Amino acid sequence: MNTPFVVAGVIAIAATLMVIMQRNAVHALLYLIVSLFALAVTMLFLGAAFVAALEIIVYAGAIMVLFIFVVMMIGADSPALRLRSWILPSLLGAVLLGEVVYVLLQRPGGLSFSKIIAIQPKEVGMALLGPYVLGTEIAAFLLLAGLVGAYHLARRRADDNTNVIEEGRR
Amino acid sequence: MTPVSFEYGLALAAILFVLGLVGILVRRNLVFMLLCTEIMLNAAGFAFIVAGARWAQSDGQVMFIFLLAMAGAEVAVGLALILLLFSRGRPLDVDSLSSGEDR
Repeated sequence: MNTPFVVAGVIAIAATLMVIMQRNAVHALLYLIVSLFALAVTMLFLGAAFVAALEIIVYAGAIMVLFIFVVMMIGADSPALRLRSWILPSLLGAVLLGEVVYVLLQRPGGLSFSKIIAIQPKEVGMALLGPYVLGTEIAAFLLLAGLVGAYHLARRRADDNTNVIEEGRR
Repeated sequence: MTPVSFEYGLALAAILFVLGLVGILVRRNLVFMLLCTEIMLNAAGFAFIVAGARWAQSDGQVMFIFLLAMAGAEVAVGLALILLLFSRGRPLDVDSLSSGEDR
């Protein structure tokens, strides 16, 4: 019953390999999203359903969208996405979807393997706010620092604009 | 039959980490280097998940959530730095950035 796990892992490796070999940043992001989906499926098989959902929502949903925003703003010499560049990522995604459906049909009780005990989200939440509450607060501080830092860096300063104008005059 | 999948999981995490490392060493574009950092962080988090599933403890998932928060903060600051460089007209290539030949 290791086969679905191995197939998802191979998809993750192949998609990651495509990420580092792409010239175009948008195509690389497309492959990275497929790789994150594949990893989420393997986590699902390991009985970590909560974290698999977080992987899709936070990584593929939020962080990748940030990357896409920046790549679009920079305009990294990307020609319009052709249909051809969608074929392989969507094929890999379709294999992942078929795998999840197959395993669901095999085991109506849940997605994880028989000997693996699924860890419930409740347990994770209790640990997060119980013994790990200090770590949670430090993570909150880190996120606040990241927010302030990103705002400070991305803000348009008045002296920057004057510099640009002066350089234009020269 | 199932214990094998833990070794497979650790091997998968190691392979993904090495792929990210190779990417960060080979690619010279800042956006790609940040992407490869994400791959490496994700692989490390996956190793936590595998270990947590191996001993049926929730600690691995807690660590992954911390890693997720850290990755979010890191990406926000890193992308802001990239945008700052871009708005100042600097190239996004680390070699020419570190040699400082453009300015």
